[in-house]
Amino acid sequence: MDFGSINPVILLASLMVASTPILLAALGEMVVERSGVLNLGVEGMMITGAVCGFIVAVETGSPTMGFVAAAVGGAALSMLFALLTQVFLATQVPSGLALTLVGVGLASLLGQNYVGIKPPSVADMPIPGLESIPFFGPVLFQHDATVYLSVIAVVGIWAFLKYSRAGLILRAVGENHTAAHALGYRVRMVRVAAIGFGGAMAGLGGAYISLVRVPQWTDGITAGIGWIALAIVVFASWKAWRVLIGAYLFGGITVLQLNLQAAGAKVPVELLSMSPFLATIVVLVVISARRHGASNAPAMLGRIFHASN
Amino acid sequence: MISFVKRPQPSRGWTIATPVLAVLVTMVLGGVLFALMGKDPFVAIRTIFWDPLFNDQFAAYSRPQLLVKAAPLILIAIGLSLGFKAGIWNIGAEGQYLMGALAGASVGLALYPLDAWWIFPLMVIAGALGGYLWALIPAILKTRFNTNEILVSLMLVYVAEQIMASAALSWLRNPEGNGFPGSRNLSRIDAMSNPELIAGTGAHWGVVAAFGAVVAAYVLLNKHLLGFQIRLTGESPRAAAFAGVNPKRLVVFCLCTAGALSGLAGLFEVTGPAGQISIDFGSGYGFTAIIVAFLGRLNPVGILLAGLLLALTFIGGELAQFMLGLPSAAIQVFQGMLLMTLLAMDILVNYRVVVKKREVA
Repeated sequence: MDFGSINPVILLASLMVASTPILLAALGEMVVERSGVLNLGVEGMMITGAVCGFIVAVETGSPTMGFVAAAVGGAALSMLFALLTQVFLATQVPSGLALTLVGVGLASLLGQNYVGIKPPSVADMPIPGLESIPFFGPVLFQHDATVYLSVIAVVGIWAFLKYSRAGLILRAVGENHTAAHALGYRVRMVRVAAIGFGGAMAGLGGAYISLVRVPQWTDGITAGIGWIALAIVVFASWKAWRVLIGAYLFGGITVLQLNLQAAGAKVPVELLSMSPFLATIVVLVVISARRHGASNAPAMLGRIFHASN
Repeated sequence: MISFVKRPQPSRGWTIATPVLAVLVTMVLGGVLFALMGKDPFVAIRTIFWDPLFNDQFAAYSRPQLLVKAAPLILIAIGLSLGFKAGIWNIGAEGQYLMGALAGASVGLALYPLDAWWIFPLMVIAGALGGYLWALIPAILKTRFNTNEILVSLMLVYVAEQIMASAALSWLRNPEGNGFPGSRNLSRIDAMSNPELIAGTGAHWGVVAAFGAVVAAYVLLNKHLLGFQIRLTGESPRAAAFAGVNPKRLVVFCLCTAGALSGLAGLFEVTGPAGQISIDFGSGYGFTAIIVAFLGRLNPVGILLAGLLLALTFIGGELAQFMLGLPSAAIQVFQGMLLMTLLAMDILVNYRVVVKKREVA
């Protein structure tokens, strides 16, 4: 196999770009799951964010407005899930699937007049001083604002969950909703807020795909990244810094296989395209085998909360 | 002040009423959606739900399509419903469907140009086996390593799609196809085709299999110990453990039965309506079948009816696309909304609505 034609600096820099959508979506879903809610609709919220961001960016000419709209779009769609699971007490697994079905259809519907259009380009924001460090500069510090934001979000969410009072309440709701309710915390409100945050993050991740990564609109543009994000939350055993590792690992696999395809490696293209999914399965198996069932999952994950009085 | 009180037992009346109600509510919501898109909602709903069956101009073509589209949906949904009842979430039926089609077609094409009566039955077995083995992967990973079956079965859909593409482009490509992707047309090879059995009805072997699956599932759930164990596990896993249910056996049974039925659906599709292995062979039946299973209340007879209804939305959707320019994505949204509405209404099944005055503190 010929690795010679692949430049490691460009490879690592594009790794960060490829990982950012997965990282954003997985971080959001992690917060949702820490509150005890399993939302399988990440793929649907991502693609809705992707189309909302794309449309607004094209219409206003401002990628920033696009990202804002993507977060709003993803959060708005997630409110359907919140309505189903928190108000109508519906089972979370099928509700999440329904959200993905609706989201994918809706995105295709909204985006039908935007196929083949080029969105306004997102400006890079090199960090002064740091950008000129040899090797590390181009790899780490010559990206657009969203990449930095996603890394800051890792730290922010880690600190929020570990040190803030609100984060403690969120975790309490996820570990034992009955006790949290008895203490006077508003279990549903906390969960609705978490679901909305997860939707906004998934939306941002989706917009990053349609505005930066690909940059164009096609049906099914997220191509299973939302599902990989769900797997990464499991891989990360619900810890923010491990979500970062997981997302970069999969970004790495994606970039590497794309580069190998481009370099004309003597491996079937189909095998390379399926490699991120195969890797996800392998990682899930390794993680679940090691812990013998008793995982770090929030105790209330997927359970319905209904205050009986 | 409205509050919900959990029922000791799910309401039987609401269990039957909610799917019907959900369809009606979704028609209203769908009408709003179509109106927002600038289409006359009444015309759109009529085109989707009435014209395919009763319009003089279209019914002759559309009516047989109903069974053609419903058969794979029902076959897959019956399999999924067993797992869903027991809390085992196989959402990768689309992949099992693809692998069934691929396994069956490969066996048939390996024997080409042999002409013998046993080729088609052999392909059917291979198709079921293909889906079975593909579902065995999440089943074994779940039972051996406790790996989440939702994510694994879904990841395998993307893997199966790539295998399908590679088959259509290389190892199953028609050598006489002038280099175009796609296999030989199986429906035109006598020994491998799955023809319409009764002219004008659309009924092919897949329809026969779908009805067989409905009957078999009904018997299994109501007359067989395994069916009882499935229901018990879904309602109370702890009670099931005390009753001596082997949860691992149940996981393998539920996932692999769904896999085999999905594989069968794929095989009947590739030898009949679709005709050949192609890059875009997957048509989303595996995902729509999830809606069918829930709308049918995980009950075999219910699934039969729900399968016919969802098939109607596909056919009516195509008609609306042709007649009114309604994009096919609108039908996708409509189907998703149907599942959402149904799930929202489940609250009436499991809870009693109590209206009481707020007490003075």
